[in-house]
Amino acid sequence: MKKFINKTDDMLVESLSGFASAHSDLVALNLEPNFLTRKQKASNKVAIISGGGSGHEPLHAGYIGHGMLDAACPGHVFTSPTPDQMLMAAEAVYADKGILFIVKNYAGDVMNFEMAAEMLPFESATVLTSDDCAVINSTYTTGRRGVAGTVIVEKCVGSLAETGADLQACKALGEKVNSRTASMGVALTSCTVPAAGRPTFDISNNELEMGVGIHGEPGRRREAMRPADAIIQDVTNAILEALKPSQGNEALLLINGFGATPLMELYLIYNTAAKLFNQHGIKVVRSLVGNYTTALDMAGASVTLCLLDDEIKQHWDSPVHTPALRWGV
Amino acid sequence: MSTAFILIAAKNIRDTILDHESELESLDREIGDGDHYINMKRGVSTIVEMEADLAGYPPDAVLNKIGMKLLSTIGGASGPLLASFFMGMAKVLKEKGDESTHTYASAFAAGVDVIRLRGKADLGEKTMLDVLIPVSRQFTQLAADNMPVPQICTVLITTAEQGMQSTRDLIATKGRAAGLGERAIGHIDPGAKSCQLMIAAVCNLLLEAKESLG
Repeated sequence: MKKFINKTDDMLVESLSGFASAHSDLVALNLEPNFLTRKQKASNKVAIISGGGSGHEPLHAGYIGHGMLDAACPGHVFTSPTPDQMLMAAEAVYADKGILFIVKNYAGDVMNFEMAAEMLPFESATVLTSDDCAVINSTYTTGRRGVAGTVIVEKCVGSLAETGADLQACKALGEKVNSRTASMGVALTSCTVPAAGRPTFDISNNELEMGVGIHGEPGRRREAMRPADAIIQDVTNAILEALKPSQGNEALLLINGFGATPLMELYLIYNTAAKLFNQHGIKVVRSLVGNYTTALDMAGASVTLCLLDDEIKQHWDSPVHTPALRWGV
Repeated sequence: MSTAFILIAAKNIRDTILDHESELESLDREIGDGDHYINMKRGVSTIVEMEADLAGYPPDAVLNKIGMKLLSTIGGASGPLLASFFMGMAKVLKEKGDESTHTYASAFAAGVDVIRLRGKADLGEKTMLDVLIPVSRQFTQLAADNMPVPQICTVLITTAEQGMQSTRDLIATKGRAAGLGERAIGHIDPGAKSCQLMIAAVCNLLLEAKESLG
């Protein structure tokens, strides 16, 4: 393992501290328990809190700010945060209209957020994201996994919350976006969890893992390496199968890097995926390409398609000002 | 089972987990993501560090505090599940107000039930419950039969071992390895392994100490 580390045990706090200081105009960091909030507390709105294991940066802390999250709770690498983090974060950002948790569907995250919600002195609701169409049940999940589509849910729900919408409306929009979004990933190499010190899975130079999860957990199958177009065709077919879009449907196409794949390759993937979706009568009218939901140092990428309607499009386009997404301001 | 015993048991559990580092790590790397050992180590070490804070409390309060601490230190899926176990156990001990073998058997069963509810899983799904449910059933039965504690411990060590081994040939439908399908066959579930280790650590300590549960 070759990584920028001082001591494995210090890595998370050192990274969070760097993040908070690099973006000190936007976010504030609390340690023990670990959570991040907006620098300027919002008032009279549903407070949106997300969180999950670390190693997926910029998810979730990178999406704290106007138009997206109010707080994020980072766990240890690939390990869910604990209820005390969510309770303290909720205490810090509660703004009189309830707490909405956005939680990726993994057993650990679901249970920890569930226990936090039970202990919370405020009204709360939860949106579970489950956009990964690679497998139905997987390591750590019953049902589909929540992956890069979570960013789209957080963006749209965050936008709605800024308008003063109530808790149930925010939850409903989150669930709608989730139900219209599907993702699938491909890994070319494994990631290495720093504390483990060695690759999570073995994969040879001429293989890929089709449908990989964002923790390096297995997907549909191990396959022989092929040209990009052939790989992406399988991915877009799986997404079309899952979403069954109608002709002429407008869509947002997100190509997400897993951490060790250059933008040059991500744009190549975009080029192929956009063409293939177009051939199926989908109008790709919004796009996002980059590292938005990573898996440490895994080489690979995921394709996410979100079927837009006027409401989702409006909330995707609205101003956002966070460390990792910024437009309209 | 006194507070003093619980604190010694916590040390034994920690030592057992630390002794099995490479085994737990490789099991989790095979069908998980390799963080199970790290999380367990963090949890069991924290409990041992709490010794001074726990010493003055009755067993039910100690188990409840252990549960709360595990909830905030382990994370992942193991954290809430193990925390729920100890908190569920503590509740029964408090209600019953005695330290008989029967009470410990029903407290153990209550703890396992909370795990089942929280994790929405059951026997045969390649999880820690494949160790905990058979051990709980056996414990309840043997306590009802008034079997002496050392013999109960000997039986439970074997039951836990068999439960752990049974996960090898299961297809996972819940937790860690669900979705791996047949690829998970042939691999022992790491959560089942660490539960088996913890049960064996406590039973062995009782056998050595010949301390009676009641």
